[in-house]
Amino acid sequence: MTAYDIAFAALGVVATGAALLAVTTRHLVHSALWLVVTLGAVAGCFLVLGAEFVALVQLLVYVGAIVVLVLFALMLTRAPIGPSSEHTTSLAHRGLAALVGAGTATLLLAVLLPLAGGPVDRREVASGQLARDLFGTWVWPFELLSVLLLGALVAAFAVSRAVRPDTGSAGGTP
Amino acid sequence: MTALEVTLRAVAVLAAFLVLPLLVGQTEHKVMAHMQGRLGPMYAGGFHGWAQLVADGVKFVQKEDLTPAAADKRVFRFAPAIALVPYLVALSAIPIHPGVQAATLPASAVFVLAIIGVGIIGTLMAGWASANKYALLGAMRAAAQLLSYELPMVLAVSSVCLAAGSLSLAGIVTQWHWWWLAWQAPGAVVFLTAAVAELQRPPFDMPVADSEIVFGAYTEYTGLRFAFFLLSEYAGIVVMSFLFAVLFLGGWHGPYAGALGWLWTVAKAFAIAIVIIWLRVAWPRLREDQLQRLAWLVLVPLALGQLLLTGAVIAVTGS
Amino acid sequence: MIHLAGPYVLAALLVGIGLFGVLARRNAVLVLVGVELMLSGGTVLLVSAGTAGQDHWTGGSILTLFVITIAAAEVCLALAVILAAFRLRGRIDVTEGSR
Repeated sequence: MTAYDIAFAALGVVATGAALLAVTTRHLVHSALWLVVTLGAVAGCFLVLGAEFVALVQLLVYVGAIVVLVLFALMLTRAPIGPSSEHTTSLAHRGLAALVGAGTATLLLAVLLPLAGGPVDRREVASGQLARDLFGTWVWPFELLSVLLLGALVAAFAVSRAVRPDTGSAGGTP
Repeated sequence: MTALEVTLRAVAVLAAFLVLPLLVGQTEHKVMAHMQGRLGPMYAGGFHGWAQLVADGVKFVQKEDLTPAAADKRVFRFAPAIALVPYLVALSAIPIHPGVQAATLPASAVFVLAIIGVGIIGTLMAGWASANKYALLGAMRAAAQLLSYELPMVLAVSSVCLAAGSLSLAGIVTQWHWWWLAWQAPGAVVFLTAAVAELQRPPFDMPVADSEIVFGAYTEYTGLRFAFFLLSEYAGIVVMSFLFAVLFLGGWHGPYAGALGWLWTVAKAFAIAIVIIWLRVAWPRLREDQLQRLAWLVLVPLALGQLLLTGAVIAVTGS
Repeated sequence: MIHLAGPYVLAALLVGIGLFGVLARRNAVLVLVGVELMLSGGTVLLVSAGTAGQDHWTGGSILTLFVITIAAAEVCLALAVILAAFRLRGRIDVTEGSR
């Protein structure tokens, strides 16, 4: 056990615990807030693993933008304070889901753990190296991704403009 | 770094975090008053009301700490901390003198941007947990505004990072030359506008528009928790001013930079803080649609143009 | 020095928990929360591959950045669809269509 192992274990426990709460809590908004904690802890894990830039991007994009969007959507789709039973599933349904989830986790553990081996040297990923590779080796996937982002943006815009219900206050210009 | 040094640095940042916002607040009182042809606070403390904010603080502490019956109590109580702490952490990464910053990070510019973005969750939590329509509306407006203005801000900062060839704030200041003032001017305008919008200060105070939605997300807050939100606004001014001074005005560059560098940084930041206060006095509030239009149709293209200009100059000069 | 068992366990658990979230929830936004958890499990694995030292061209970190970007696109689109559905039906129950 090294200091890095201990730091990672602590952050991992936080991430796992918050993730469990995020998928089990009955409070809609709490679920998104626990997701914030999970993603923050995962960013910390990245830092421990030596990927500083990725950790910061995780914080900037995930916590700063994606989760804010999720919270925003929750509030727009009526998120009451207190536990809500509107969307609860039956106990059998949840039990089955838990079984499948646990099964997948076990399967992944069974595949991954034998690969772990002993301790390895922790390598820091320098931002300069990352940038050189990103705009060298990976430049085509990178460009493709920017097209994907643009496509998603246009599609989201189109979807949100296309719906004009007869009643209600929603919708763009008639 | 020894434990003593870490403690010392933490205490220094905390002291700066507690003193500078008060200083900015008092400046706001007096500067606004004089711009509007009045005196501002004059009694507290004797000399030109210097102790007004201390008196305000005592008042806030004495008030009852109310939590609405219908509120989500835990989230409601926790929200002010989420709004305040990111600015404290951001302040620790800002260099004020060659080699003088509380925390040395290789990518401090990205770090500061990332951590400031977390603060918005505090406002959303506050607005939702208050169980108040006005608070919820205010929180939604705040979220929409901050998401829109985050993009031009990040683009403006990335232009400076590109120019300096460094993601570290200290590295950017080291590379800075006086002619960057002209070169990065559009980026500077974009950054300042986006910074004022991120702080939800007039003319971008739609989320707390008092004539429409009482006080937005902070409507239900009283006492010390309300004071924390106010403190986070002023701490935000401090952080944004320092960031602007470091990114666009060359931080510690100036005559006698070797000895007086820190003074230059602080003076530049303070000048920017006064500009932010000035904007509050000089401009009317923008409407929600005008606000979004400004972000997407003016600031984002301007920031992209700045990025293009920076890239072109670097490609031509080959530096 | 760091053991890779930690990241592997975390990745497996996050994917499992996320899968549970996707299967057990009926609110569309909460299904999305589960998807985010599964994705972050994947990113943990990618980053730990970078740490393990067998990654050419900094693939671990860069692919993580790609995943984060794709997640942003996915969330943006998914939320647009969810909000449109909410406006049309007033509910965002993902089992709605099957009835």
